[in-house]
Amino acid sequence: MGKTLLEKVWDAHTVRTLPTGQTQLFIGLHLIHEVTSPQAFDMLRSRRAPVAFPERTYATVDHIVPTLDQSRPFADELAERMMAALERNCAEYGIRFSDLTTEQQGIVHVIGPELGLTQPGMTIACGDSHTSTHGAFGAVAFGIGSSQVRDVLASQCLAIDPLKIRRITVDGALGPAVYAKDVILEIIARLGVTGGVGYAYEYAGSAVDAMSMDERMTICNMSIEGGARVGYVNPDATTFEYMKGRPFTPSGDAFERATAWWSSMASDPDASYHDEVVIEGPAVEPRVTWGINPGQSVGVRGRIPKPGDIDGSEWASVSEAVEFMGFEPGAPISGTKIDVAFIGSCTNSRLSDLREASRIIRGQKVAHGVKALVVPGSKAVRLAAEQEGLDQIFEEAGFEWRGAGCSMCLAMNSDRLNGREVCASSSNRNFKGRQGSPTGRTLLMSPAMVVAAALTGEVTDVRDMLS
Amino acid sequence: MKESAIDQFTGSAIPLRGDNIDTDRIIPARYLKAVTFEGLGDHVFEDDRTSMSNHPFSNPSYREATILLANQNFGSGSSREHAPQALKRWGIQACVAESFSEIFRGNSLAIGLPCFTAAPADLEFAMCCVEESPGTRLAVSVSDLTLQMLDKTMTLEMPDGMRDALLKGQWDPTGMLLDRFEEVRAAAADLPYVAGF
Repeated sequence: MGKTLLEKVWDAHTVRTLPTGQTQLFIGLHLIHEVTSPQAFDMLRSRRAPVAFPERTYATVDHIVPTLDQSRPFADELAERMMAALERNCAEYGIRFSDLTTEQQGIVHVIGPELGLTQPGMTIACGDSHTSTHGAFGAVAFGIGSSQVRDVLASQCLAIDPLKIRRITVDGALGPAVYAKDVILEIIARLGVTGGVGYAYEYAGSAVDAMSMDERMTICNMSIEGGARVGYVNPDATTFEYMKGRPFTPSGDAFERATAWWSSMASDPDASYHDEVVIEGPAVEPRVTWGINPGQSVGVRGRIPKPGDIDGSEWASVSEAVEFMGFEPGAPISGTKIDVAFIGSCTNSRLSDLREASRIIRGQKVAHGVKALVVPGSKAVRLAAEQEGLDQIFEEAGFEWRGAGCSMCLAMNSDRLNGREVCASSSNRNFKGRQGSPTGRTLLMSPAMVVAAALTGEVTDVRDMLS
Repeated sequence: MKESAIDQFTGSAIPLRGDNIDTDRIIPARYLKAVTFEGLGDHVFEDDRTSMSNHPFSNPSYREATILLANQNFGSGSSREHAPQALKRWGIQACVAESFSEIFRGNSLAIGLPCFTAAPADLEFAMCCVEESPGTRLAVSVSDLTLQMLDKTMTLEMPDGMRDALLKGQWDPTGMLLDRFEEVRAAAADLPYVAGF
């Protein structure tokens, strides 16, 4: 019987079985940032413990970064204090830090892959739930809390229970202007926001095989929104091509040896799964969320649910969502007015996202009254986009072109919704209050759909805009 | 570090109805702008409390509660440990729900906050009792996996590893992970990307 990638990576990184029955799992790469690490360093300090493997730890700053004026000290005193704490901790413990003075700063889940830190067959941990993103490379990547950040700093290990595995096969070609974002929203709508609890998701099938690394990252990124802590794609030629020539990727003969090992970690054809789900790729439509969790989405030609559509026991949570959103049950989602358009976040802020969005917006104007902004995922993405002239396309259309960071995905900087504003957003969470206003409303969609909404001022099927 | 074992609790409970209550609602992101967890208890459910006049966490009858009763997928979303920290600092010592998000449950364990699951009907019974008389005493047991209230005993569940960790006082695993550190070094050296391709 063959093994899955999850089983192979798990076996290769198991140190021992702990007295509690949990696995002690070695973590190959620990990514840290300013929000969830300061408490962990304080715990370490109070125990007088060193960082066990500083060379396997890498820091950046993303959540609190201002996207307009990045001069120090930051205008926001609390943000400045968090930044200073991370600087002090990295200096004291000898941890590499891509701070704002470097060209490598950006969202942690964008820079890890860009720098070649993220590699197939690795275990990765980071104090952020979207760490599942790195699974796109065939890594097993866990989002963890601050106490576990302390554990990894102190021991480079996690105490963790094994996961079951579900293979999600997406077969067939996706339609025009249908993206990885639409596929993952479809998967979460189908399996529910708790469907993945206890599971790792392995994404497979011809649609996933055909995806770029950026697209695979989008899918894996939102695994956690479906309840799955880990999501991954088996490494293949697309993965190896992406890895080539990055700062932390092996080079020369070592690259060949690395590729051989990475290939060997992919799931065997006769591996067995605890569960299998098949999604028909050609049937996936551009999707939009209408509610307050990422499972509450419909195709752009669909309607907001009404009482008869939904099982009686589930109507309570659906009606809570529809009421919060202020939507009419049974109304079409298309035509919903928006106030803000946001392209950014660890889900959809990479170069290919910006290229797709700019292709649609070129030569057009954002609708009157819509505030629109693009926040590239990293300085490297921003620079590459500027070299292609994408910044000009966005700015001419009426989008603001900002510095790299998490920004309005969770509004820990000054980019936020006001009052009841509705935001067409390429981010990952439509929770109540997520974008900084307790009553603000978020509609999740692909970057291309965000641009379509920005141009018309309402939710619009981007396919109608393709020439 | 070996912590104290966690097993039996008695106290009153606070019922929090609704599925998919996410960590952004438990503690809004603006309170993550800090370098410690201090003071988070004051802001637990802050936005929900502002928007709902009758939020249980605003109700003085529940202010002494130490056991949180919730429905499905409690603590979904972000991995911020600030969420269980805020609950614990408010006074919660144990959570009983229909189901939890995995990261929230792990984060709770790591700070010695046990999360049990219970059957929906049992939770409904417990919530109704507590809503009717807020001071009702409950007893939960990690070793027996039971919830007792009035004259009823209900079954609780928890993964074996978590239960063991609480009962053995090893819910803070750092010490355990460092116990045989030579084995960590050996496991690392066996990995081609650590040793060098």
